[in-house]
Amino acid sequence: MKFTFSWLKEHLETAASVDEVVETLTMIGLEVEGVADAAARLKSFVTAHVVSAEQHPNADKLRVCKVDAGTGELIDVVCGAPNARTGLKSVFAFAGTYIPGKDITIGKGNIRGQVSNGMLCSAAELEISNDHEGIIELPDDAPIGVSYPDYAGIDEVVIDVSITPNRGDATGVYGIARDLAAFGLGTLKQTDFSPVPSKGPSPIPPLPHRFAEGEPKAIRKFAGRYIKGIGNGPSPDWLQQRLRAVGLRPINTVVDITNLVSLGWGRPLHAYDADKVEGEMVLRNAHGETFDALDNRIYTLDESMTVIADDKGPLCLGGVMGGIRSGVTDETINVFMECASWDPDLIAQTGRKTGIISDARYRLERSVDPALTEPGMELATRLVLELCGGEPMEPAISGEDVFPDTKIEFPLSETRRLTGLDVSAERIGEILARLGFEMTGTGATRHVKVPSWRPDVTQKADLVEEVMRMVGIDNVPVEPLPRLAHVAPRILTTIQNRRRLARRALAARGLGEAITWSFISADLAESFGGGKPELKLANAIASDMTDMRPSLLPGLLSGAMRNQNRGHADVALFEVGQVFLSDLPEGQRTYATGIRTATAGINGAGRHWQEKPQPVSVFDAKADLAAVLDALGADIEKLQIVAEPASWSHPGRGGRIQLGPKVILGWFGELHPSLISKFDLDGPVVAFELDLDALPEPRKKPTRSKPALEISQLMAVSRDFAFVVDESVEAAAILRAARGADKTLIGDVTIFDVFTGAHVGEGKKSVAIEVTLQPRDKTLTDEEIEAVGGKVVAAVEKATGGVLRG
Amino acid sequence: MTDLAPMSASLKKAIADADTQAALEAVRVSALGKKGSISALLATLGQMSPEERKEKGPAINGLKNEITVLIEARRAELEAYALEKRLAAEKVDITLPLRPAPAAAGRIHPVSQVIDEITAIFSDMGFAIAEGPDIETDYYNFTALNFPEGHPAREMHDTFFFSPGADGTRKLLRTHTSPVQIRVMQKTNEPPSAAYLTAPIDPPIRVVMPGRTYRNDSDQTHTPMFHQVEGLVIDKSSHIGQLRWVLEEFLKAFFEVESVKLRFRPSFFPFTEPSMEVDVQCDRSGNEVKIGQGSDWLEILGCGMVHPNVIRNAGLDPDVYQGFAWGMGIDRIAMLKYGMPDLRAFFDADKRWIDHYGFRPFDLPTLFGGLSS
Repeated sequence: MKFTFSWLKEHLETAASVDEVVETLTMIGLEVEGVADAAARLKSFVTAHVVSAEQHPNADKLRVCKVDAGTGELIDVVCGAPNARTGLKSVFAFAGTYIPGKDITIGKGNIRGQVSNGMLCSAAELEISNDHEGIIELPDDAPIGVSYPDYAGIDEVVIDVSITPNRGDATGVYGIARDLAAFGLGTLKQTDFSPVPSKGPSPIPPLPHRFAEGEPKAIRKFAGRYIKGIGNGPSPDWLQQRLRAVGLRPINTVVDITNLVSLGWGRPLHAYDADKVEGEMVLRNAHGETFDALDNRIYTLDESMTVIADDKGPLCLGGVMGGIRSGVTDETINVFMECASWDPDLIAQTGRKTGIISDARYRLERSVDPALTEPGMELATRLVLELCGGEPMEPAISGEDVFPDTKIEFPLSETRRLTGLDVSAERIGEILARLGFEMTGTGATRHVKVPSWRPDVTQKADLVEEVMRMVGIDNVPVEPLPRLAHVAPRILTTIQNRRRLARRALAARGLGEAITWSFISADLAESFGGGKPELKLANAIASDMTDMRPSLLPGLLSGAMRNQNRGHADVALFEVGQVFLSDLPEGQRTYATGIRTATAGINGAGRHWQEKPQPVSVFDAKADLAAVLDALGADIEKLQIVAEPASWSHPGRGGRIQLGPKVILGWFGELHPSLISKFDLDGPVVAFELDLDALPEPRKKPTRSKPALEISQLMAVSRDFAFVVDESVEAAAILRAARGADKTLIGDVTIFDVFTGAHVGEGKKSVAIEVTLQPRDKTLTDEEIEAVGGKVVAAVEKATGGVLRG
Repeated sequence: MTDLAPMSASLKKAIADADTQAALEAVRVSALGKKGSISALLATLGQMSPEERKEKGPAINGLKNEITVLIEARRAELEAYALEKRLAAEKVDITLPLRPAPAAAGRIHPVSQVIDEITAIFSDMGFAIAEGPDIETDYYNFTALNFPEGHPAREMHDTFFFSPGADGTRKLLRTHTSPVQIRVMQKTNEPPSAAYLTAPIDPPIRVVMPGRTYRNDSDQTHTPMFHQVEGLVIDKSSHIGQLRWVLEEFLKAFFEVESVKLRFRPSFFPFTEPSMEVDVQCDRSGNEVKIGQGSDWLEILGCGMVHPNVIRNAGLDPDVYQGFAWGMGIDRIAMLKYGMPDLRAFFDADKRWIDHYGFRPFDLPTLFGGLSS
C-alpha cells in the first residue's frame, strides 16, 4: 500500500528522516517496495513571469510569449493555453525537461514559424492535479526563477509498502505508525474516536440481519449513521492531493472521506445516498440477483454472498463493493455511512468468486480490528461534519463483533530456543507492551494477551517473531550448524544417481540437454499415448499447455521444429525428466529420452571434408540408448532386444529393450513418417526412450572385490563363416546359435558383413561372422578347430534354417 | 697384362650415374653378373699360372670387392632418396580442422548443473536429497503447510488445478517444493510407492529438496514452470542463528566469493514462524549483477523456523522438535551466477542457447575440484 510521508506524520510524532523510516519499515517486516519523491521529480520546473503574450501570426489558438525565468534573458515560448497572458506568473519548463503528465521531454523547436524554447505548464502536466484547463496561475507576488516544488512547498514522498497477508493491522497508515512507534521511531498520535452527539432518531433503523439458520453469514456487526443535510462537492485540496499522491482519483468529499479512513486507519467504510434507498434496508444473502457495482460492471451474486439490500434489491455487496444505485454524488443531501465488521473468510470467498479487487476486500479479508467498528463510524461522522456540515442522527447498530481474545502461555526461554538469541524478560515485556500486547505474571512462563488488531498472533512462535523483528534479526548471532559425527554416506539415491549419470553419458555423446514444459497440448499428449482426463489442467495458461506429458518426445520434437525454423535442422537433444502416466505419485516416472535429426550423428552434423554427411539411422538411437544403459551399469547385449517398436516408431525400424516381456526398459527407432510431418520436420528423425525407474535396483554385493582376471597364454584363433538366411532372421539369433555351439572354446562372435542382392537370392541375406576360439589348456589342432567350425555351422543352420555359403 | 684402371673408372662412373634401382642393377649385372666384365676377368684367373694368378688375383678381387661395396652404397643412397621423395609426396595439411569430439559438442542444461552444485555443497554439510511428486494434493501443498482454507496466501500462489476427481477433491500442480517437507517428516508404515519418493526420515533431519514447481503466471521473470530448492533441518536444537550460518555458507560457496553479506527481513509464510526474507549483497553498477560486492540488496530467498502447526501436522511434537526451512529459485540463482538474462529461454530447447549457456559433460561440480571451471 502507498502513503505519503506527510500522511504518516499525521499519525506519528517523529523527527526521523524519510530514509530512516524506509530502512526501519523494511527491517521490521513492512517491506518498502518503492519510494517516489515528487519534489525530486519536479525540481527542474521553475516559477516564471510572462512578460508579454501576443497572438501567434499563423494560429488562432496559440500565443507567442516572452518569458522571464530568472536567467537574465527573455525566452521565446509558444503557448496554447487560453489563460497565457501578459503579466501572468506561472510555472516554466526549460527545453530538455521531462514533463511527467505528458511523458515527453520538451525540446527546442519551432511552432508554425515561431521559435519556442520551453513550455509553460498546467497542473496536469506536472501531475499534481487533474487540472489541464490552462497553465498554472501563481500569485502576482511570486518570485521568479525559483524551483517550483520549493516555492509550492511540495515535499510529498510516496512510500509503497508491501503488506504480507497476515498483517491486516498494517493496511492503514495508522497501523504502520503504530509499528514504527513500537520500534521506537516516534510516538503514535491518538485519533479522536469519541462519540459524536446525535440530533435525533435515525430515519434508517438498525439493519435487521435476515439469515436462515446455518446459512453463511458474512456480517458480524453493522454500524450505520444517518447524517442529514450535508453539502457535498469536491473535497478540499489537502484531501485531494493526499489521495492523488497514492493513486486514487478524488470523487467528492463524502467518498473521499471513506477512502481517507480506509487508507488512513485501515478501516473500510461505505456511504449511501439515503434518499436513493427504497423501503427497508436489510442485511441478507443474495439470491441470484444481478448487481450494478461501482466499477461499472454487472455481477451475478449467489447465496453465499451477503448484501445490504432495500426493497428493490442489493445496494452494496457487503465488504467488497458498493452499488451504483445508491452511490453518493455531489448532489447528495442525506448520507448513510456504514462501518461494519465482516467474516474475513467469507469476504475472501466472495472476492474470489466475483474477481473483484477492491480496497475494502483487501483489508477485510486480512481482517480489520473489531474494536474499530463503532469508533470508525464516529470518526467518519466527525470528518463529514467537519468538511460537509450536516446533522448526525443516532447510530443504527446491529449484530455483534467477534473478538478472538487470545491469551498465550509464553515461556521466556522460547525466544532463545527458536532464535539462539538471549533477550531479557524485561526487554521482551517492553517490546510486547509497545506493540499492544499485555504480558503478565512472573517466573519462567508468562501470560500474554493479544491485542484486538493482531488476530494473526495465536501461539508462542508468533510472539517470538514479534520480539525478533523488534530486536532485529541482524542481532541474532551466527552459529555454525554442528557437523555430523561421521563421513557422509552416499548422498544420492539410485534414481537420483541414474538421472545424473544419464545426463552426463548423453552429453558425452554430443547431445544437448533441454528442459521442456511438463504440460503439452491435448493433441500431442494423445499422439503419444496420453490425454487422460485426470491429467488435464482445469485452468491451463495456454491452449498448448493443457495436458501433463506422457512422454518427453513431444517437447523435444517441438524444440527440434523451432530449431529447424531458425535454420538449425540438425539437432541432437535429450531430456531427463518426469512423465505422467496417472495423477498418483507412482504415476510419475523418470525417463531419459533423446532425439537426433537430419545428419546430427555422433560425429557432428553437416558436411565435413573427411566424410559425406550421413543421415541419422535407428542405430544412432540404439547406440545412445546403449550408452545410457552402460553408464547405469547395464550391458545392452545382455538385455532382450525385440522387434516390438514403440507407437511413435517406424514399424520396421524400431525396437524395444526389455528384461522380459513384463519389464520393459525402453524403445529406440526411427520416428514414424506421419509424426515427422506432424512436427513439420525435414527428417530423418531417430529417437530413444529409457524408463529409468524400470531398471531393477542393483543387488547388494557382499564384497566390492572384483572376480579374478583370467588370462590365457595360448594364442586365440579365428575363423570366418558366411550364412545365407531368410531376410527375416534376426542377427541376434545367428549370434546366439554360434555362441552356444561350444561354450568352452568360443570366446567371441562378431558380425562383420551383411548384404542382400540378386546373387544371394530373393528374400535372402548373407551374414558373415567371425568366430574367435580361445584354447584353454593346450594349442588346438587343425582337427579340433575343424570340429568346432562344424558345430558352429550346424548350430546356426539349425537355429535359422540358413545354409553355409559355399 | 690388362690394365684394370679404365674398367674401374668406367664402372665407378656408371654406378654414380645410375639414378634408379633398375639402372644400378644393370650396372651390377654388367660387372658382376655371369657375363659381367669383372666376372669374365675372374674366370681368367683359372687359366693363369700360379705366379700370374698371384700377381693379378688380388687386383681383380680387389676390384670386385670395391665395386660391390660401391653398388651397395649407391643402392642405399637410392633407397634413402626414394623414401625421402615418397615422404615428401605424402605430406598432409595438418591445419585441416577436426570434427568436434562428441563430448565437446554435448551440453548439460544450466539447471541440472546448478542442482549438482547445490548437491555438492549441501552434501558436505550432511544433507541428503529428497523428492516428492509434481502432482500434489491440496493437503500436502497447502493444508499441512498451515495455509488456512480461503486465506489470501493461498490465492497468491496462482495454482494450477486438475478437474475434481470422483471423490470431489481436485489435485493440483505443486506451487512450491515445500510439500516434500511434510512427506519427509510424516511417519507412515507404508513404503514409498515410487523409487523417486523419499521415505520418511526420523529426526535429526537434514534434507534439500530440488524440483519442478508450477504457477499460473507468465512474464519476463515468471514462467508457468520453474525450479525451486527447499532445505529443511529438524532436530531438537536448531535455531535462526544456525539458519543464518547455513545460508551464508551456502551462498558464499555457491557464488564462489570470499564473503557475502545477507540482510534478513521479517516476512510471512504460512509454514514458518518466525518468517524471513533474505536479501543478498550485490553490485548492480555494471552490466551484470555481482554478488558479494557493492552496497545494493537483491531478494534471493525466503526462510524461517518451521511453524509449530506444520511440525504437528507431520506428526511430531513442536515442543520437542524444531528446525528451520528455506526455499529459493534454482533458475533465479542460476541466472544470477551465470549472467543469463531471460528465464523463458531456459525451456525453449534452442540449440544456440544450450550450446552457449550449457556445461560440458565432464564439468563435474565437486567441492574438491571446484564447483565451476
